[in-house]
This record gives sequence, C-alpha cells and structure tokens, in this order.
Amino acid sequence: MLIRNVRILGGDPVDILVRDGIIAEIGTGLESAGQAVDGGGAIALPGLVDLHTHLREPGREDAETVLSGTQAAARGGYTAVHAMANTSPVADTAGVVEQVWRLGREYGHCDVQPVGAVTVGLEGRQLAELGAMADSAARVRVFSDDGRCVDDAVLMRRALEYVKAFDGVVAQHAQEPRLTQGAQMNEGVVSGRLGLAGWPAVAEEAIIARDCLLAAHVGSRLHVCHVSTAGSVEIIRWAKSKGWNVTAEVTPHHLLLTDELVEESPVGAYNPIYKVNPPLRTHEDVAALREALADGTIDAVATDHAPHPVEDKETEWSAAAMGMIGLETALSVVQEAMVDTGLLDWAGVAERMSLAPARIGRLPGHGQPLQVGAPANITLYDPDHRAEVDPSGFASKSRNTPYTGMTLPGRVVATFLRGRPTVLEGKLV
Amino acid sequence: MNKHLISAADLSKDDALLILDTAEELGKVSERSIKKLPTLRGRTVVNLFFEDSTRTRISFEAAAKRLSADVINFSAKGSSVSKGESLKDTALTLEAMGADAVVIRHSASGAPYRLATWVRGSVVNAGDGTHEHPTQALLDAFSMRRRLGSLEGRRVTIVGDVLHSRVARSNVLLLNTLGAEVTLVAPPTLLPVAVDTWPCQVSYDLDAVLPKSDVVMMLRVQKERMNAAYFPSEREYSRRYGLDRDRFARMPEEAIVMHPGPMNRGMEIAAEVADSPRSTIVEQVANGVTIRMAVLYLLLGGEI
Amino acid sequence: MVNFVMSDSRAVLEGPDIHRALTRIAHEILERTKGARDVILLGIPTRGATLAKRLGERIAQVEDVKVASGSLDVTMYRDDLRSGPARALGRTELPADGVDDKLVVLVDDVLYSGRTIRAALDALNDLGRPRAVQLAVLVDRGHRELPIRADYVGKNLPTAKSEKVKVLLTEIDGRDAVELIK
Repeated sequence: MLIRNVRILGGDPVDILVRDGIIAEIGTGLESAGQAVDGGGAIALPGLVDLHTHLREPGREDAETVLSGTQAAARGGYTAVHAMANTSPVADTAGVVEQVWRLGREYGHCDVQPVGAVTVGLEGRQLAELGAMADSAARVRVFSDDGRCVDDAVLMRRALEYVKAFDGVVAQHAQEPRLTQGAQMNEGVVSGRLGLAGWPAVAEEAIIARDCLLAAHVGSRLHVCHVSTAGSVEIIRWAKSKGWNVTAEVTPHHLLLTDELVEESPVGAYNPIYKVNPPLRTHEDVAALREALADGTIDAVATDHAPHPVEDKETEWSAAAMGMIGLETALSVVQEAMVDTGLLDWAGVAERMSLAPARIGRLPGHGQPLQVGAPANITLYDPDHRAEVDPSGFASKSRNTPYTGMTLPGRVVATFLRGRPTVLEGKLV
Repeated sequence: MNKHLISAADLSKDDALLILDTAEELGKVSERSIKKLPTLRGRTVVNLFFEDSTRTRISFEAAAKRLSADVINFSAKGSSVSKGESLKDTALTLEAMGADAVVIRHSASGAPYRLATWVRGSVVNAGDGTHEHPTQALLDAFSMRRRLGSLEGRRVTIVGDVLHSRVARSNVLLLNTLGAEVTLVAPPTLLPVAVDTWPCQVSYDLDAVLPKSDVVMMLRVQKERMNAAYFPSEREYSRRYGLDRDRFARMPEEAIVMHPGPMNRGMEIAAEVADSPRSTIVEQVANGVTIRMAVLYLLLGGEI
Repeated sequence: MVNFVMSDSRAVLEGPDIHRALTRIAHEILERTKGARDVILLGIPTRGATLAKRLGERIAQVEDVKVASGSLDVTMYRDDLRSGPARALGRTELPADGVDDKLVVLVDDVLYSGRTIRAALDALNDLGRPRAVQLAVLVDRGHRELPIRADYVGKNLPTAKSEKVKVLLTEIDGRDAVELIK
C-alpha cells in the first residue's frame, strides 16, 4: 500500500509506503506495485485513539453496537477506542470484556480496547475482578465506573492500589453524588433562571482533589475523565506540579459548547440534545479547558461518545438521557476550538488525540509517531474542507449530536488500520 | 404579544399592561348574570395537566368557557403518560384534535418549550417544574394594581422558597417589567446560586425589609425541604421568615399581604394575617379567571 | 411645496355643523321618546361614547332632564376579530340600574356596513333586556351589509366604498370635524 502526497503533521508533502501493516518507507516519488491512494495533500496524523467511548453493546444495541460504533470511530479517524464498561451486563468480568474485544477484532473497522468496571455492577460496593480482566485476552489496563463515580474513598484507594500490580489506571468519573442529586445542568446563572437542578463545579472538583491526594498517597496512576471546569484544571495543574501520576482528558464538546445553549439555541430552549454529564459549563470554563489542553495540563481529548436513541432525547429535559455522540465530529471540533484558534498545532493534535491516549491506556501498537517501523495506523485529514454537520450520513446508530446544522471545519479523508484502509474518500471501506 | 406565554420574560411592558387592562374590562363579565362572551367560539383549548392542580385547571377551564371556547381536559396524571417519552406523543394527539391553545402544567421545568416545538397552537404555561408560572404572576400583578394602582416604583417583597418557586421566578420578571422594585427574602439555602444576576434585591433579613414594603408575598414552604437540610426546623423557619402578627404589625399601614396558595397556616403565614382585610388571598383566586380570560383572548381572539 | 398626501382629505362637516347636528338629534330624541324618560344613551367606544356624553348634555340643556349615558364596548362580539391581531378592549360602563326595561339609544360616529351595530345588539342582549333599542349616528355613509338603519342621523353622506370617513372630536382629537378621505 502506497499513500501518496500527504503532509505528516502538516509538514511537506511525502509518500508513505506500507508493508505488512508497518510503515516501510517515507519519502518523495515512491513507487509500489500494489494499491496506491492519493492523499491529495491531506494532513497525516497517527491513527486517533479514544480513551472514552460508549459502544452500548451488550445491552443497548438500539443505540449503538460494536459494529456501528467502530464504523463511526473509523469515519472519525480513530484506529482504536476504549469501550466503557457501563453496558448491560456490565463489563466487570473477563467474559464480558473478551466478548467486546473479540467483536471489535472480527469487524476490523477499529481496534476495541475494553475498559473494565472498577466495582461489581458499577455499584460502588465491591471491587470487580480487575486482575482477571487484566489477564484476559482483552488485556484491560483502564478501569472505570464511568457514568458513576467511585465516591467511596476507601474503595477508590483500594482500586488505585490494586491496579498497580498490572500497571493499570483508574479512570474516575468525578461526580460527588450527594451534591448532584437530581442534577440537570451546570449550576450557575442559567440553571437558576431555568429552574433546573444544578450540577455544581465543586462536585467535580472535590472528587478530583481527593483522588489526586489518594493517588499520591498510594503512589498509583489516576486518570480523570471528562474534566469540565476551570477549578478542576487548577487542581490537576497543582497535582502535576507535585510530580504526581495524574492524567486527564477533556471532551470535544466541553471545548466548544456552553450551558447557555440550554436556554437559547437554534433548536429551542431546554432541548436535551445539550444534556450531558458532566454538563456543559460556562465560557470561562471553556477557555480554561482549552488553555489546559494546550499547555498539557490536560493530556488528551476523549470523545465520551454516548449514543442514545431518538426517544430518549425527544422528551422534556429532566426525562432525557445524558450524553452526546462525538466520534465522527471530534477532530473537526478540536480543529475549530484548538487549531484554528492557534492554541495547538497538528503535532499537538497528534499528541492529544493519539499518542497520549495510547500511553495512558497502555495500548500497544497505537499512538506512535508516523515513522519508518511504526504500525501503519494513519488518519488523513483535510482541514480546509468546511461543511454543515449533517448526522444523516453518520455511521453511528444514534443521532444525538449537538452540532447538527453547525458549520465545522475539516473532514477525515481516509483512515488506515495497520495499513488497511477502513475509510477512503470519507466513506467506510 | 408572542404566540406563546411560557415565561413572564415573553411579555414586554406594553404586553403586560395590555393583559392587565384587558383583564380589567373582562372582570366585569364575571359580575353580569350572563357570564359568557362569544369571542372564542370555534376555538379549542386543551388543558394538559401532568400534575394535580385542580385550582389552576378549573381557573383556566372557567376562563376558556366564559369566552365560549371548546375545552378539552386532558389529565395525564396516573395514566400511561407519566414517562417522558410520551409528551411528544401526547402533543401529536392534541395536534390531531386541532388544539388552538394548549395549557400545560408539568413537573418538568421547560416542558412547555418542548411542547411548543411539537404543536402548532399557542402554548400557555400553567406551571412547569421549578421554572415559571406566568399567569400566576399576572394575576398577582393584577391584584396588586387593583389595591395599589400603578406598580411603578412599588416595593414588593417575596419571601420564602425562591429556589424551588416558579411563582417567584415569574413574579420577579414581570414585576421588574412593570417597574416595581422586588426584594427576595429567604434563607441562603433557598435562593439560587446566581440570584445576584436577577433583576431584584436579595436579603436574608425579613425584619429589615418589611417596613419598606408595599406588598409582602409569602411563598409556600414545603416541609419536605427540611429533610433535605434547607433549614433546621419548621419552628426556626417560621421564627425567621414567617409572617406572624408582630411582623404584620410592623408593615406600613397600606401594605398588602399576598400568597399564591396553598398556604401552610402557622408556618410561613399566621392565620390572622392570612384572613386580614389587607390580605388579597381570596381576590387572587377570583382574579385568576379574569387574567386567564385576558390571556386566552389576546392569544386566540385575533388571527391565529 | 404642495403636500399631495393631505390634498385628498376634505372636511365635509366643521365644528358648528356637528354642533347643530347633535342639537337636532337631541331634539328628535326628546320628541320621539316623549321626553326621554327611561332613555339610556350608550355610546360605542371610542368616539360614540364621547358623542353619547355630548348628546346627554345637549338634552339636559334643551329640556332640563337628566339622561343616563354610558359606553358599550362591542369588541368581543365583532365578526371581524379574526382578520387581525386581537384588539385592545374599550370600556363598557352602564348606569347603575342596568338596561332592563329601558329605552337604549345606541350612539356611534359613523354608520357603514351595520356590523358594529349588529355586534352592539348582541352585546346588549348579554347585558339585559331593554324595552326598545334605537340608533343615533353622526354620519350615515351608506353601504349597509345588514338590515340595520339609524333612527337619528346627523348627516347622510353619500360616499364611495373606497373612501374613508373620519370623525374628529375635540375631547379626543383636539378639534371637531368630519373628513372624507379619498
């Protein structure tokens, strides 16, 4: 496979020759007897890695399946996704994680790396068999009760300690449950006006602060899911300055959207398309998150792709499900929020969306710079394209994107998984 | 006027005054032997109540009937329509019935906005969760105006559970539009975090505000709030924020007392105060029909 | 420069004409109602109500009888409500003892299609049962669409349908005049 005329991280045009799934040669005027693809001057990035995807299978195949979710991932430029554990049954045993992992391999659109639950049934009472999941064929390294917070301090401490045995990481959904009982949206000016129960920033920040201290105390690795507030950024910055082993992710939507959309948007007030957990915050939070992603305080962008069927969103606000899909728009949103604003260059995008997530997830074969000898996981991206987001063309089974009708930059032209195209000319192969 | 009445913020000062002036005229209809006008003949008004509120429903029903509209009462409480997903299905059913206006009461804040995206008719908010209750604010303003004349520069004090009160939200917005000066008084736990961005003053001290009030509006305080640690006990709440006889005596002589009902006598308001001639609580109920007639007439009386 | 916009409007009655017309109607009412006993003058807002008030004063001057007057808003009874946004209501003010068994003289400024008077009759019907109802207008411009005619007319004014008749009264407009606008 020869990929012609691409610009690695936005550099000068080159050709990339792939042999046996490995980058064999990079240069100009390369020739090959096999298949050739013209990159048309697109930017080449190492295949994107998502730390935070909800594939919904098993249990909610009406919202998403491993097949549709990995197709969506491929269209978004991803070559690996971490599948969250809050399925039904919960991914809290070796059996469930192996099933999900195997489905991903069979379909072949994108590698699926299961995340294991921290506690049995995400109930927050008893540790799941973390070691068995780590030792399974799925080789689980990231553990999370995402959707719920491991709020019991003792349980969190034990989980952090226990995963050290296999270099695992606990990815915490930081949400103090008592402070967020019945919470509907960010607590602030807008929630007060709209009469919606508030989800205060402190409910996230208090857990992050506690977990950083716990991680330092037991000398373990902590990963903070979907950081959403300026205060959280400050705490993580402080923890990192201490040299503690803390990493963090931010979602594309928290880099672009604010809670004002709940009150006023093109799709009407109280439209649950904007309902997500953690909630959309304020302009100040968005600015702080962008800055933190730029300076490395936040290590990675993770989509928190959360598919929901139409009937779970076409309701009154409080009855609606929380979450947004994001795999197929992530790179465009990051370009809009970070690249076009001058905060991040394409090398930075590669670091935050491929290298860092693979490193945090201890995922071999992904997140390596595009150089000779590296696995040929490659995303080709045209940053000059501009189009209105139209979810009718999405591969995801769900349509709950907040970007419908918005004009966003960029388009994934092609995705290669170990040298094999999964997407060409923007279409699934 | 907007097509819908969902928030008191939908009303400009002219709109609000038009409603109040219209209500002033329509109030006379309730005093005649024939309490009916032919104006909304052929129009259909649906009362869609997802929450029990006999008082509000009857008030809207009487208003619509006095204007000769056809009224369909749709009580969703207890039926299969308690899950969220079916609000849309219900809306489509109403659409098929040709509802010209839907009066909706719902426990979820913002439900009327969602409804308005699914039906063609006007949506009138009869109370949505802890968001707003604009016709209550209108009837309160109407009651105040009847007692005090213009509301311009009048000092209105609203006391109680502002955090969970749709009445308080609508009243702050409407009274501000009408030129009154509103002060909210509550324990800090029962005020929204960003209440300082609202167009009103805020105080924790009822005794300091009372002598400077032309109107004191007491909000209902639900006892279950106590269990969620919003305040320590009924007795302490009542002592700090209740309108008892002593406090009533310290109000200016012309000042009036209001309560949107239902009252907890002895909790936020003493029985003697509620029953005093300076209380408008009974008028508020009667004025409800009148103000709702005005709203329905102005939304449905012309071209739609 | 000549203002051509105004040039199509011409006064057909001036203040003294209106004064004379009202005085004549006052006399006619007294004559036809045998001294205006039990008469209530109900003006249709806005200018009809003003005219009713003036007529009452005129009758008092002529014969020294006090005639009750009031206003009757017909907005809620109109048949053309749905051709525009909902209209603001005028005032309805009846004498304290109502209209039952009284001789109601409806007063309006201009009689045209007759639809306003139809609405007034309906409105009156909901307020009580007068012994009889009569109609007084300052100007009858023709073009009736309903079987309605006035009992007292200040001036019959032949008009084209395309023309407009505008009544100005000092209390509202600062001067008395009837203008025909082409």
